[in-house]
Amino acid sequence: MKKRYSVGSTILTVFFALLSLLWLFPIFEVLINSFKSNAWVNLDAFALPNAESFVGFANYIKGMTFGNYPFLMSVLYSLMITVISVILILLCCSMTAWYIARVDSKFSRVFYYLCLFSMIVPFQMVMFTLTFTADRLSLNTPWTIPIVYLGFGAGLAIFMFVGFVKGLPLEIEEAAAIDGCGPFRTFFSVVLPMLKPTMISVGILQTMWVWNDFLLPYLVLDRTKYMTIPIHVQYLKGSYGTVDLGATMAVIMLSIIPIIVLYLFCQKHIIKGVAAGAVKG
Amino acid sequence: MSKKSNDGSAVNSWLIRRPIKKWFPLFILPTFLCFIIGFIWPFLQGIYLSFCNFMTPTDAKWVGFSNYVKAFQDPSFGRAFWNTAGFAVVSIILINVIAFAIAYALTQKMRGSNLFRTVFFMPNLIGGVVLGYIWSMIFDAILKNYSTYLTANPTYGFWGLVILVAWQQIGYIMIIYIAGLQAVSEDMLEAARIDGANSWQTLFRVTIPNVMPSVTICTFLTLTNSFKMFDQNMALTEGFPIITMADGSQIKTTELLALNIYSTYNINKNWHGVAQAKAVIFFILVATLAIAQLSATRKKEVQQ
Repeated sequence: MKKRYSVGSTILTVFFALLSLLWLFPIFEVLINSFKSNAWVNLDAFALPNAESFVGFANYIKGMTFGNYPFLMSVLYSLMITVISVILILLCCSMTAWYIARVDSKFSRVFYYLCLFSMIVPFQMVMFTLTFTADRLSLNTPWTIPIVYLGFGAGLAIFMFVGFVKGLPLEIEEAAAIDGCGPFRTFFSVVLPMLKPTMISVGILQTMWVWNDFLLPYLVLDRTKYMTIPIHVQYLKGSYGTVDLGATMAVIMLSIIPIIVLYLFCQKHIIKGVAAGAVKG
Repeated sequence: MSKKSNDGSAVNSWLIRRPIKKWFPLFILPTFLCFIIGFIWPFLQGIYLSFCNFMTPTDAKWVGFSNYVKAFQDPSFGRAFWNTAGFAVVSIILINVIAFAIAYALTQKMRGSNLFRTVFFMPNLIGGVVLGYIWSMIFDAILKNYSTYLTANPTYGFWGLVILVAWQQIGYIMIIYIAGLQAVSEDMLEAARIDGANSWQTLFRVTIPNVMPSVTICTFLTLTNSFKMFDQNMALTEGFPIITMADGSQIKTTELLALNIYSTYNINKNWHGVAQAKAVIFFILVATLAIAQLSATRKKEVQQ
């Protein structure tokens, strides 16, 4: 009985090992083609680099300035927009959620239901008008676009935080109040530390969204001055007649390496955060 | 899901409620103002502009329902709708069945299951635009052997998108199924085994009924994701190939709804209002599907 089980389990392991290799194949494809010259990518994308097709890091060097815009600037703007937006969302939405959960007023309820409502509205519904509004309020720079992200991303974040705050025992906050804490201190030194697990879930979900988001920054940002990584990648293929596939693959490789490294370091949190977010959504 | 009303005792504690109300400007106002800028105002203006002819919001002229009439008469919109519906059905079934099968296998005792989980989830972290370009290169390289290319035939584009999205989302859905499967109590499975159920019976009579909440969440997520699909669609085929209709109008054959709205706005400057009307129709469609699915979830939760 035991032996049969382990044979079946070994077969499963072998099967999934092969499936995993297949799963990683597209990324492997990007890697090998990023070291081949364009003509060889076009000739046979599946061939491994050989003496003739191998160009070393030439594609990466070319990719840095490819498309008349320095790639490092795109990385910088992507990083900046993501970090500021996520911090802003976490801070503002957790504060708002605490207020909504603790003050049972008409305003709180209306705001909460508006948040729920915003979660089912697709971006296409607001994209043109959001662009106009952002332009008129000069929110079209990497420094101000986090305000747009906070506005459009608030629904999910507030919803998740409210769900969590409602589960917290009120006695702790009352004890803090009796000991003389005002709401400001109660929130920052008592409630906020307890919110940590939800902070991680919301933070991960919002980071994945903002970092990979294409259409919102594409429409809102002044593209002559500012690009993010997804916009940059789109420009490589979109606006230049002859596409240099080798250099494009180098740029794609550069853009996914940081994500994969980050993922390997904190995959436990990422997977847990995603599961928690989905179950609540 | 949300509780219908807050249980009064917990929320109306005078120790917390009265002092916090004074801090309204700090705790609520910044978020609420951004929420108005980023959501409420664009949403309301969007509904208003769908009844107008406009280039920019300042020159909007009220035209009543004519934008909606044009939107429904536009053959490209109909084509995009059926593309989206077909795509949604195929990808919901494919993604959920494969993701559940993988999740079920990985929750059995098995070497390396954590490693496999890590690998399958990874594509989910890569952005849609980047994914589109990776896969368009791969599909073109495969189709080259048959001396054709990805945008030569709508069928290639459709199935290409299905494969891409399956590759991206199976890992994500798998994670949710794994969480659901781990919550099924060992005792129940043990009891089924003692009662003489074989492993198929245990799977279909015990395990699957107990993970129904996860099934509902996953179908909801795959449904809304496939209806809102934009980046991958744009990067993979951009809607190509184009066919010309009998009346001379041109239709992008692999376009989904979200991309159709976007290109309607950009291709014809006199059709900004129509694009916005399409966006409103799209919103109503997505919201209806989402609400129908959520109320199904709630019913299931009551039963438990």
